[in-house]
Amino acid sequence: MDFVNAIILLLNYIFIPALTYGSQLALGAIFVTLIYGILRFANFATGDMMSFGTMATILFTWYFQSLGVSLGVLPTALLAIPFGIIFMILYMLLIDKFVFKYYRHQKSPPVQFAMVSIGVMFVTQAVVRIIIGPGDRRFFDGEKFIIKAREFKEMTGLNEGLALKSTQVITIFVTIVLVSLLFWFLNRTKTGKSMKAYSDNEDLALLSGIDPKKIVLVTWVIAGILATIGGALYGLDKSFKPFTYFNNMLPIFAAAIVGGIGNPFGAFLGGYVIAFSEILLTYAYKKFFMYVLPESMEPNSLVQLLSTDYKFAVSFSILVIVLIYRPSGIFKGKVL
Amino acid sequence: MVGIFQSWNIALSIFNLCLISAVMTMGANIQWGYAGLINFGIMGYTALGGLAAVLISVDPVQEAWRAGGFDILMSLWLIVVMVLVIRFILKRFEKSKIRTYSIAAIIISGILLIRFSAEPGIEAIEAVDPAKTGFLGGFGLPIIFSWIVGALFAGGLAFIVGKVALGLRADYLAIATLLISEIVIAIIKHEDWLTRGVKNVIGLKRPAPYEVDLQTTDWFIKLVEKFNAGKLSVIENLADRQAALNQLVIEGSSVFVKLCYSGLFLVVVIILLILTQKALYSPWGRMMRAIRDNEEAANAMGKNVVKQHLLIFILGSAIVGIAGAMLVTQDGLFTPGSYRPMRYTFLIWVMVIVGGSGNNFGAILGGFVVWFLWIEAAPISLFLINFFTAGIPETNALKAHLIESVPYFRFLLMGLGLLFIMRYRPKGILPEKIEIK
Repeated sequence: MDFVNAIILLLNYIFIPALTYGSQLALGAIFVTLIYGILRFANFATGDMMSFGTMATILFTWYFQSLGVSLGVLPTALLAIPFGIIFMILYMLLIDKFVFKYYRHQKSPPVQFAMVSIGVMFVTQAVVRIIIGPGDRRFFDGEKFIIKAREFKEMTGLNEGLALKSTQVITIFVTIVLVSLLFWFLNRTKTGKSMKAYSDNEDLALLSGIDPKKIVLVTWVIAGILATIGGALYGLDKSFKPFTYFNNMLPIFAAAIVGGIGNPFGAFLGGYVIAFSEILLTYAYKKFFMYVLPESMEPNSLVQLLSTDYKFAVSFSILVIVLIYRPSGIFKGKVL
Repeated sequence: MVGIFQSWNIALSIFNLCLISAVMTMGANIQWGYAGLINFGIMGYTALGGLAAVLISVDPVQEAWRAGGFDILMSLWLIVVMVLVIRFILKRFEKSKIRTYSIAAIIISGILLIRFSAEPGIEAIEAVDPAKTGFLGGFGLPIIFSWIVGALFAGGLAFIVGKVALGLRADYLAIATLLISEIVIAIIKHEDWLTRGVKNVIGLKRPAPYEVDLQTTDWFIKLVEKFNAGKLSVIENLADRQAALNQLVIEGSSVFVKLCYSGLFLVVVIILLILTQKALYSPWGRMMRAIRDNEEAANAMGKNVVKQHLLIFILGSAIVGIAGAMLVTQDGLFTPGSYRPMRYTFLIWVMVIVGGSGNNFGAILGGFVVWFLWIEAAPISLFLINFFTAGIPETNALKAHLIESVPYFRFLLMGLGLLFIMRYRPKGILPEKIEIK
């Protein structure tokens, strides 16, 4: 019985939160990787673009709420996400037209692109803050829990409760659907394959009659979908705050590079690698050992490898280690 | 201009921060402009410089040393031993899988060992009067020394980072340095025994006199009286005149203190400017440009590219470290929570790009212009909003919202500025000028 308790404990505090957080990171990381693979630059505006998409979603959520439209037990935001996506894509295309296009035609080095993306980052940050303000926003409505900790305890008679938030289930479910669709698109459709070809060798792709304008357009559309959904899911699960989104850029980068930048599947797994290692290394295992070990061996301290303050530092250290020993990432990068 | 519109006090504090920004920008400019190395870790070096200011100037906390000093020193020894063992293994054994794994095992077990041995010491130190101290304190030396020590700290970190990350491609290097600086900040924020963490260190010593002391010093009061003789003589009543004089003395004292800082900072800026200009036109500067423009060719000419990259990485970071120590010196407090990449990394980069990379005067100009705009963006945009919406009543929701969000227009201004400069003047306001004699 103690053993089951221990498993439930780990599920509740490590596995499910890490899976949720990992999914949110994974969506962002695929976004980074796509931009890197096809447009060939590290996009420092990632976090802020995600916050822009989330902002659009929130505004539509408010609009729907004021109209009285709701999805019952599901959050209204799910209904607003498609509209948010449209705005996000429009914003991205606008920026591409006025900013990135020029440098693409100039064939500027990636560093210059990165600098330009910092300018975009500043502008996007300003736009988001001017429109919605820098404060913390919660836009979740509907049923909060699928299983409540207390109900679970009563149901099973265990000491440990398992709480399952609806946002966690939605996040994981949406991520699986979205990522499978994306891989289907990249591997099975003609456009997807031409994107791969373009990422692999630009000149060859151009020679074989692939239209670069179309590739860039499709990339931004996919990027907009990923950014908005990833951002909105994070906001639903936690809360929306522009500054947090800017900071999230760093673990997202870490995930993309750890997985091998330019490789969407790697980025997808990288998100989970980062999320799990952050949570595994900073979790206090005291209670777990209390269940598993006999009473005489119970630990006195918290049995925590690193204090939770170092959550971000963990993912960055992993990244640094990966960069030194395997700069191309766990899965070889730079092939879409 | 600000002096006339707002007050001399504000003008001077902006000027001082402009000088500090100029120093930071020079550091970044050396790395980017001379050598083409991209360093997004400026925040980390700034914070280390600030840490140096704390460690140098604060008086040691004797009690804390007694409580946990031994444990901390033991842990330091353990770290040194660990590094030596790793070096020994690296030198002694051939490269193999076993070697890599054993080094990893040593590092992991070493970290665990250090954690367990330092834990009681750290707890004891943090328990010593936590509201006031709760950390080891520093050496109690004049804070000016910290400018040099800050440079050493930052240079030391840059040495480690450079050894690890300099082989990476440019954009990877940017990300790696950015993340490493975040790690540095995380450590400074949460190792309370060393830095007091988010509890901040306040009331650091100053190299300049205190306002309160000045206000009671005779020569200073006379000085203020002399400067404002005309203004004072207009007032007939003696009591009124005394009150006016007191007011002026209070104002004058803070201006005077800021002037002292400006003087000190100017000296640093001028020294650095002379050194960097000399370096730029020296054979070494030529070599750096050669390496920047064509690494392979320079390598083929027998220049040690790796070594030179590391050297310039350390030098630039050390300059940033000086600026970090100067910043804390001026503020008189160390707040690890305030180090954010937006303000300390990306803004500095905007300065470098806008000013003109590779040109030291450009770097200084960038530091001044960008910092000035960063501070004055809010008043300017408030003025513009009021101007354009003059016909709209105060109660209009849009106008109220715009006025409320005035502080965020600075981001917009910076972003647009950066984008326009990148597009239409990619070499900055003052482009790099190399005269070949």
